[in-house]
Amino acid sequence: MPVDPQAIFEQVMDAARAHGVTDIEVMVANDAAALTRFANNAIHQNVAEKTASLSVRPVIDGRTARATTNRLDREAIRDVVSQAIAITRLTEADPDMPPLAEPAAAPRMDRWFEDTARDTPSDRAHAAAAAIRIAEAAGQTAAGICSVGQTLFALRNSRGVSVEHRETTTRFSITAMASDSSGWAKAATCRRADMDVLGLAESAVRKAEQSRAPRELPAGRYTVVLEPAAVLDLVGQMFGDFSATAIRDGRSFLADRIGKKLFGDNVTIYDDASHPLQTGPPFDGEGIPRKRLTLVEQGVVRDIAYSRLAAKLAGVQPTGHGYPLPNEYGEAPGNIVIAGGDSSVEKMIASTERGILVTRLWYIREVDPYEKIFTGMTRDGTFLIEDGRIAGGVRNFRFNQALPEMLSNVEALSPSVRASGEEAPDMVVPAMKVNGFNFTEVTKF
Amino acid sequence: MKDLALAALDAVARPGVSYADVRAIESREREVATKNGKVGHAGSSESVGIGIRVLAFGCWGFAATDDLSPEGIRTAAALALEIAQAGTAASKHQTVLAPEEKYEATWVTPIAIDPFTIPIDRNLATLLKIDAAIRRTPGISMAEASMHFERRRQVFASTLGSVIDQTRYMSGAGFSALSYQEGEIQKRSYPNSFGGQYQLKGYELVDELRLLHHAPRIAEEAVALHKADRCPEGEFDLILDSSQLGLQIHESIGHPIELDRVLGSEANYAGMSFLTLDQLNRLRYGSDIVNVVCDARAAHGPGLGTFAFDDEGVPAQSVDIIRNGMFRGYMTSRETASAVGDTRSNGCMRADGWSRIPLIRMTNVSLEPGEQSLDEVFDADGIYMETNRSWSIDDKRYNFQFGCEIGWEIRGGKRVRMLKNPSYSGISTEFWNACAAIAGREHWTLWGVPNCGKGQPEQVMGTGHGASPSRFRKIKVGSAYAG
Repeated sequence: MPVDPQAIFEQVMDAARAHGVTDIEVMVANDAAALTRFANNAIHQNVAEKTASLSVRPVIDGRTARATTNRLDREAIRDVVSQAIAITRLTEADPDMPPLAEPAAAPRMDRWFEDTARDTPSDRAHAAAAAIRIAEAAGQTAAGICSVGQTLFALRNSRGVSVEHRETTTRFSITAMASDSSGWAKAATCRRADMDVLGLAESAVRKAEQSRAPRELPAGRYTVVLEPAAVLDLVGQMFGDFSATAIRDGRSFLADRIGKKLFGDNVTIYDDASHPLQTGPPFDGEGIPRKRLTLVEQGVVRDIAYSRLAAKLAGVQPTGHGYPLPNEYGEAPGNIVIAGGDSSVEKMIASTERGILVTRLWYIREVDPYEKIFTGMTRDGTFLIEDGRIAGGVRNFRFNQALPEMLSNVEALSPSVRASGEEAPDMVVPAMKVNGFNFTEVTKF
Repeated sequence: MKDLALAALDAVARPGVSYADVRAIESREREVATKNGKVGHAGSSESVGIGIRVLAFGCWGFAATDDLSPEGIRTAAALALEIAQAGTAASKHQTVLAPEEKYEATWVTPIAIDPFTIPIDRNLATLLKIDAAIRRTPGISMAEASMHFERRRQVFASTLGSVIDQTRYMSGAGFSALSYQEGEIQKRSYPNSFGGQYQLKGYELVDELRLLHHAPRIAEEAVALHKADRCPEGEFDLILDSSQLGLQIHESIGHPIELDRVLGSEANYAGMSFLTLDQLNRLRYGSDIVNVVCDARAAHGPGLGTFAFDDEGVPAQSVDIIRNGMFRGYMTSRETASAVGDTRSNGCMRADGWSRIPLIRMTNVSLEPGEQSLDEVFDADGIYMETNRSWSIDDKRYNFQFGCEIGWEIRGGKRVRMLKNPSYSGISTEFWNACAAIAGREHWTLWGVPNCGKGQPEQVMGTGHGASPSRFRKIKVGSAYAG
């Protein structure tokens, strides 16, 4: 069913005026997604979903609240507006809360590609089948996904903000398993034509083959070569702390550390929604255009994100990184770009006398919120490097690693690529060679 | 809802279809939160939709939509069939389902107070009182308190002729106190982390938790942790409170016994399991006193895994997982039951909404109460840990590491000093074999884990875990800060 955000917005405004309310923010989303999942060299789950939603936020005398529905008929729209207004009138006023946002020019970034939107169940099934054939030819077992999604998101408010974003996404991920080893590869793109399914399958199969008969090494500090997905999933854990609200709450490791050198000279990190390898809308949860931030410059913490409320309290301009209101957490950068270098995974391996190559990390959780220590496991392709060469697979390690220490020990970086993992949102990151990475235990496989 | 489900079932019943089921769901949620004396979040949401699952040409297809017009349902049904047919491009075997009976039933969570009858301003007033009580303690940087309520009605209809109408109410509430001082963050939560306690109850849960009563103590502990000694490294007898033990059960027993995971369905994402099929009835999973069940029946309690029928129309059951320390059972589905020689599913298929397919999920995976008194559990020289802070386990569920918010050194059964940043680690079976004492029924709590992730696309499910405080011998402590 086609969704017309402007028509819905007008119905919301009419319903609100009937309650004597004129300050309203409206979000409309229309999403479709499909995913084909395979395991044991066969498709075993195959799903599709379509949904549309409407979310309404009135502002009444310094109060605000939100009501959301996925029913978009006239009666349902009147109901959700009534509900939002009723809840809002029952909440406490916040004297600091800014009024609804005013319009501001936001760059339009169309990340919608027809070839992705036109993808069919048969296309996905044949992609999965092709990947499975590569695993079978190597005597391995494959599991993975092939997915596509399309989203239209529109935000309007009664002060004239009117922003929209549409985007398509496709993801392919594969785990190839040999008798006592495994390999993994994953990619996400907006355009289906950019997805190299066969290349990913071949990479996963090669890793599973190379890591057969993994040996057990003692835990300890090792030089590691972290492939981009491993960098993304671990370093990606810290960006929620680059938030003015988090710092004011005392829950950020950057409390009392802005302007200080926390990382090595070779670490520079941006938040950049307009980067060609990035995804997502160029505006935040109130429709404010996202600014480019230099979060870390040559190891020094520089910019942090400000929602409109956080900016008002700090006496600065908002950066366009606020979450939809009302919320407790304020804002966070979400389009991370870590500046790369001129090395490569191959060069990093060649320059390592003894170390560990890590394909992917798993089940990463915060151990200490201020020292920023994280624990987790290696997974699906962990190798010993000896004398500049891959010397075989090793059993997986548990790590307990402080991120400031890790990012102070980066010896080399590759050029940055768009990477996709499972523990943090997709980012543009390099592979990294890191000295003294802290493995504390070894598991049984 | 019933008419909708039956209309969808009619739309999908076509030649080549060997089985189909439909779930029509309408849900309503309310989330309210405060932070530092202000409203943090206030919102309500509703969602209505239908999911159509079909087994055709030997393959599964599933399509979900919130376009509930006749045309929308026909389109979704046709898409489910198209998807099933596409699956034949990479099909290795014909899917066969274990037999099941036809049921016509209605079930509603027994509740005392419908949470949606309580005005939102009363929710906020309660939370703001708790917030104020936390912030009266000097040194608190952030006070947070929240409530979450959900009502979900689901009508399930299948080509077996079943029509099952279930309505589940869920309530959750809790608070936390955070203190930042001189380069250190400490936090305490009550009654649990992840937003507190969640059960299949009405608003009466909020009253039972006595949140305001506990707020000053929890806030004081958060501040006191700054001056506490750091938890030492080494091997110690370890005593866990029931909430932390609930998460230990979830990660090191609940996930490994998911039979779809054992068979490889989750290999690309959540991982596999060390509990390969040859381990059933052979593996000594725990010490003799360890008894674990997977129990979805209402008789087990108001857990997040309690229902009358699972999401493929199989009645709720109680299954022995570990009996007297021996590994006795997996969680199964109609598709997987035969892999372990069962003729029937034990009813663990659950979906997190109308737009997702059911997967094998934990219901209530609980450690049965032991025979020791609380004094006997604490009768040791060791370390006591309370309330989860971090949790991580490998993708086959062998090696785990947990951190807790607070610890205490125990000498001769008494708390002698507070310890900060406590953590412990180990191998799942070695840990459960080290279980030396389990407190009795009077200390047993059925905890709710509201945020269990599994599947692609990921589904978030609520699970239940009953446990009472327990003691474990010679556990590795402190490795999170080692090196």
